[in-house]
Amino acid sequence: MLAFIARRIVYMLVTLVAISVMTFFIIQLPPGDYVTAMVAQLNLQGTTVDPAEMAALRARYGLDDPLPVQYWKWISNIVFAGDFGFSLQWRRPVADLLWNRLGLTFVLALVTLLFIWAISLPIGIYTAVRKNTVGDYLATFIGVIGLAIPNFLFALVLMYISFKYFDTGIGGLFSPEYENAPWSLGKLLDLGSHLIIPTIVLGTSGTAALIRILRANLLDELAKPYVTTARAYGVSERKLLLKYPVRVALNPFISTVGWVLPTLVSGATITAVVLNLPMTGPLLLQALISQDMYLAGSFIMMLSALTVVGTLLSDLLLAWLDPRIRYT
Amino acid sequence: MIPPMQTAPLLRIRGLKTQFALREGLVRAVDGVDLDAHAGKTLCIVGESGSGKSMIARSILQIVSPPGRVTDGEMVFQRTGREPVDLAKLDPAGKPVRAIRGRDIAMIFQEPMNSLSPVHSIGDQLIEKILLHHRLSRHAAIDRAVEALGRVGIPDPRQRLSNYPFELSGGMRQRVMIAMALACRPALLIADEPTTALDVTTQANILDLIAELQAEYGMGVIFITHDLGVVAEIAHEVAVVYLGQVVERGSVDDIFYNPQHPYTLALLSSIPKLGARRKRGQRLHSIKGMVPHPFNRPKGCPFHTRCPEARPGLCNLEDPRKLELNEGHIVACHMRDPAVLTQAAEVTV
Ligand SMILES: Nc1ncnc2c1ncn2[C@@H]1O[C@H](COP(=O)(O)OP(=O)(O)O)[C@@H](O)[C@H]1O
Ligand SMILES: [Mg+2]
Repeated sequence: MLAFIARRIVYMLVTLVAISVMTFFIIQLPPGDYVTAMVAQLNLQGTTVDPAEMAALRARYGLDDPLPVQYWKWISNIVFAGDFGFSLQWRRPVADLLWNRLGLTFVLALVTLLFIWAISLPIGIYTAVRKNTVGDYLATFIGVIGLAIPNFLFALVLMYISFKYFDTGIGGLFSPEYENAPWSLGKLLDLGSHLIIPTIVLGTSGTAALIRILRANLLDELAKPYVTTARAYGVSERKLLLKYPVRVALNPFISTVGWVLPTLVSGATITAVVLNLPMTGPLLLQALISQDMYLAGSFIMMLSALTVVGTLLSDLLLAWLDPRIRYT
Repeated sequence: MIPPMQTAPLLRIRGLKTQFALREGLVRAVDGVDLDAHAGKTLCIVGESGSGKSMIARSILQIVSPPGRVTDGEMVFQRTGREPVDLAKLDPAGKPVRAIRGRDIAMIFQEPMNSLSPVHSIGDQLIEKILLHHRLSRHAAIDRAVEALGRVGIPDPRQRLSNYPFELSGGMRQRVMIAMALACRPALLIADEPTTALDVTTQANILDLIAELQAEYGMGVIFITHDLGVVAEIAHEVAVVYLGQVVERGSVDDIFYNPQHPYTLALLSSIPKLGARRKRGQRLHSIKGMVPHPFNRPKGCPFHTRCPEARPGLCNLEDPRKLELNEGHIVACHMRDPAVLTQAAEVTV
């Protein structure tokens, strides 16, 4: 088991290095750099910029260095000093912008994950055990609808409902009075109430998918000979279900740990815009458009790192749960 | 002739029916089966695959998977020091039948690969079953599991407890299954093709083991197989099944030296005889035709579609009665029925 963990960690580090190079390379791909993007912006507003000034800016931001040097400056600062560089557009250290957004995204991912598990585990088991009953069909129907409705539409509908009937604020993660207040119980509760809609919106399609996966896996497992064996030895039906097949069918649950974060980051941008959530998606989009390379790079880097760690975690959990993985 | 059994059989099955009510129609997987299993004796159930052997075994323990269920008949099981119980009357999900499963009647299965949970250790699974039926401390249960594993010839039994099934060979896994069956000292052991998936040497070892344990504990054994060679080796009594019905049953001598039913004859002529010189060009007989699909179950005698002796107008219309030729040798065939034969003689005269 220890060897297994060590091997996985080495793989993870290699992956991260590869990701950092790729990230940096991709950020540099669009023609021009931050200065050209900024100048284009200023030109639109009718201001012209002196080429000498542009060159000075480039030199100040180190944009003239060869790419490997830029890469090394960037990555060594992150690794050795925890310094993510400076956001050219926001004129603030990237770290300031990063941790706040990343933290909230992470919290939302965690809450969504718990939401997905809490809903799909009982329903998945129910639909498998009561296969082809009214309850099963109903769950399938609702699940398909949940998968089919676009998230932004769902978000709008829920916002409307909550505004009209529950009189809660629209969008954001905090009510105005808590926006800049220090952390307190009230602020936490306020955050909780604001998280309900995003969680439902972001978790529904994942829940629907997981219910289907769990149902299919469970039906497979329930038909396996080892279940018959246990039944033939007098094990009760409830224990038969919970001890054996659910244990095996749980694997896809663990795998969600790995994919919830990346889907939230990449798939939830539109939802985050609609719901006005201070998450990573909108900020990353903006940073990419304005070629704010340190901000964009750091975001992608951190999200990738979190995803890789999430995958590692889910792999370790799987290995702990399923001895067949551990030994191969 | 075998002297008649003095005691009531350990398990007496009469008119057992197990059916699947599917949307496409009713599947009569077991259709009026009579069987007797005696303590200390081995009853072999033989038949082609799909003939309903496993369904008979599962019906006994009430573990037929839905929508299948035992719909009719009785299965009276004698328990030492307690009232006999009719297994057919028990609720498949109820406590009474669960108390019998594994405790009084244990079962081992064909697939040693998949018959144990892949994600639980051998010890976990063995001890669970022991604790289910006995009020023992965990420690005592572990000792009992170790003893059972040792008894079936598994080396280092205590170390094996922490192994997972995929770490063992097929033969070893089947031994674990047997250990599981033995751990509670059942009165009846049902073995559903336990050696089919194993190589010949392992198969012989397992058969020897079962015979040895039977002699030691005086268990009744119901052994399901499609291999007549195995039957000849281990059976005391034999039942030949075809499409969910017992077409012939009797002592092993009855079946091998005085077979009556055309299906039994066909099965016997399809086994190669070692050492018997075959004449040039003589081939092994295979039974012509295929087992009919359960939805197109033939009317009358189930075997008439493939039977060389079938008489049109009789076999394809009327069910044959169960005819006792001599004590314990029963055959269900019109063409062996004296009433039919004398009638036929009158017609032709
Ligand atoms: N789940 C099921 N649904 C419908 N019919 C079934 C099912 N399982 C078994 N049967 C029927 O029972 C018959 C006997 O099967 P089985 O007892 O497994 O045969 P054997 O063990 O002799 O090979 C099969 O031919 C099939 O028609
Ligand atoms: Mg079978």
